[in-house]
Amino acid sequence: MVAADSEGPKDPGIGMFRRERSIPLQGSAAALCNNLSVLQLPTRNLTHFGVVHGPSTQLLSAAPEGVPLAQRQLHAEQGAGVSPPLITQVHWCILPFRVLLVLTSHQGIQIYESDGSVMVYWHALHFGDPSPVHAVFARGIAASGHFICVGTWSGRVLVFDIPAKGPNIVLCEELAGHHTPITDIATEPAQGQDCVADVVTADDSGLLCVWRSGPEFKLLTSIPGFGVPCPSVQLWQGIIAAGYGNGQVHLYEASTGTLHIQINAHARAICALDLAPEVGKLLSAAEDTFVHIWKLSRSPESGNIEVEHCHGECVPDTQVCGARFCDPSGNSFAVTGYDLAEILRFRSV
Amino acid sequence: MPLRTLPLLFLNLGGEMLYILDQRLRAQNIPGDKARKDAWTEVDRKRVLNDIISTMFNRKFMEELFKPQELYSKKALRTVYDRLAHASIMRLNQASMDKLYDLMTMAFKYQVLLSPRPKDVLLVTFNHLDAIKEFIQDSPTILHQVDETFRQLIEVYGSLSAGEFQLIRQTLLIFFQDLHIRVSIFLKDKVQNSNGRFVLPVSGPVPWGTEVPGLIRMFNGRGEEVKKVEFKHGGNYVPAPKEGSFELYGDRVLKLGTNMYSVNRPVETHMSGASKNLASRTEESIAPNPLAKEELDFLARLMGGMEIKKPSGPEPGFQLNLFTTDEEEEQAALTRPEELSYEVINIQATQDQQRNEELTRIMGEFEITDQPRWSTNKGDDLLAMMDEL
Repeated sequence: MVAADSEGPKDPGIGMFRRERSIPLQGSAAALCNNLSVLQLPTRNLTHFGVVHGPSTQLLSAAPEGVPLAQRQLHAEQGAGVSPPLITQVHWCILPFRVLLVLTSHQGIQIYESDGSVMVYWHALHFGDPSPVHAVFARGIAASGHFICVGTWSGRVLVFDIPAKGPNIVLCEELAGHHTPITDIATEPAQGQDCVADVVTADDSGLLCVWRSGPEFKLLTSIPGFGVPCPSVQLWQGIIAAGYGNGQVHLYEASTGTLHIQINAHARAICALDLAPEVGKLLSAAEDTFVHIWKLSRSPESGNIEVEHCHGECVPDTQVCGARFCDPSGNSFAVTGYDLAEILRFRSV
Repeated sequence: MPLRTLPLLFLNLGGEMLYILDQRLRAQNIPGDKARKDAWTEVDRKRVLNDIISTMFNRKFMEELFKPQELYSKKALRTVYDRLAHASIMRLNQASMDKLYDLMTMAFKYQVLLSPRPKDVLLVTFNHLDAIKEFIQDSPTILHQVDETFRQLIEVYGSLSAGEFQLIRQTLLIFFQDLHIRVSIFLKDKVQNSNGRFVLPVSGPVPWGTEVPGLIRMFNGRGEEVKKVEFKHGGNYVPAPKEGSFELYGDRVLKLGTNMYSVNRPVETHMSGASKNLASRTEESIAPNPLAKEELDFLARLMGGMEIKKPSGPEPGFQLNLFTTDEEEEQAALTRPEELSYEVINIQATQDQQRNEELTRIMGEFEITDQPRWSTNKGDDLLAMMDEL
């Protein structure tokens, strides 16, 4: 295994990572982007993992040492069609008073209680103009305050208003701004901050739209693409981190949409980005088998966005399709790979 | 699921099938020994390839193929190749057909996985078509058919965005998920590990349009670059030399999809040993399939466009073996894990003459002039017949 550390790290806390015990999966991970969701439950000493296999998704919970404790499989609701619909993404949404699990597929959107035991809401995608040329699906899931935003194949982003409890979920808005399938949605992790821009949506053309959430969402600015998809996006303290199909990570100022940093990070398409919000660490994973960890910050004098490479990890012969930090300080992370029936775990030493 | 994946899947798998058949036919060619009944001559080989290629690129068949539609199950697709492989005087038994299909699928899976950009799967397809054109360069009619398909590919796929190609790539990879059959030519070339997984190199040229990793560029508010920092990315990459051509003729640059078989390299597969991954594949084959009728309709439409040449005269079908010895073949049949049997829908003549006519017609025993139109009743009849066989 190849691990590359940058020369002379400033922060003594940044160092090497080592492989920990893998968690076996019942089915291999599908070749999708953002194909790993992690729900950290430190008070219960548990971590939940969600991985899409294809027509099914596996949820499992594990103890800190990686011992799997419980697992469950969810399927997409069957609609009209030849084969069982494929799931595109699974993601836990943390809202002020509850945690919900959202599943998107080629049929629609399913929302469950956080352990996947009860489905509380089901939204079938309306075809509108039945155009047989385009595949219909939902993809891109994020929570912002008491809203859950879900992207669709047409570029529309559906905004659901979530009550503090119960199944009375309402589709309250449809955001227009994209014309190609949505890939990912990011929201500011620190709620209650004086953030104007707190939602970013990304699509297959690489276009990013920056929004302010509220009873009515407002489009603040958009950042054009440049011919490759943006499969994954993150938002942290007014910094947008976008991963692209050409292996680059760009960092933008969310309020203005200005590009400040361009990283030639990977040799293949990026498939996942994740944030450890407590320390501003960014994780990038790509189909080139590498996972890189970066430290985001702002210069105290100018307020400009800065970045530092912390660590690179090669997962041999594995086309990575999902990666997430497993703790808020970014000292551990988990990785899924196409055709791999296990979740790989890494911890810093 | 992107509805434009089937033509790419079909043409590339078909291309691999032709490479393998060509290699086996050459290997079983014993020059000067025409007295032997089982010897394949050069003339026979060309005839087999011509027959298969002209069936593959038949216009009606291509029309059906190019309609936007979902990918059907592996079972349904396998049936189409069974039919295609028998579009000539050549005959393959079950074991050889299984092995052929294993080799085809693992080869294309490798090509999709290793394609640097999602759009490069189109270059892989063009590599296959370029080679197919060389097989039939002496037959202008068939050459014209292939060129027509080439043009259609350029028309349909030439303008797709990177995002749409990414979706197609993901769909193909989902189709090939959990297939880990070890192929001896891959093992020898060290492109596949002994556990059946492909080697993903971390060196070599980056895809066209990607920069070599290792650089961080910083800009100020006015878009001016103010700083450059390098970092160690861990790989050993170099810039891409040039872009492959997407025209009818041109240097594709990419080697994936070119013929990797030569006469001297034996074509073998090893069945992947007991692997937990087989568990997920069994799920597909034993789960009840309530939509089998739609799949059969698809097969009927697709193969309705296949004009299978009826063998002229009383010549028997020539047997082709994908194994080097009969013992090896028997051994493979015995040790082939249950889960990997493809459960091909084997459609043969039944006693009932009236019901048989419709079925044998779609199976291409006779030349098709009209597309069969299916009412619900006929579809149900078809299904009932399947169950009886």
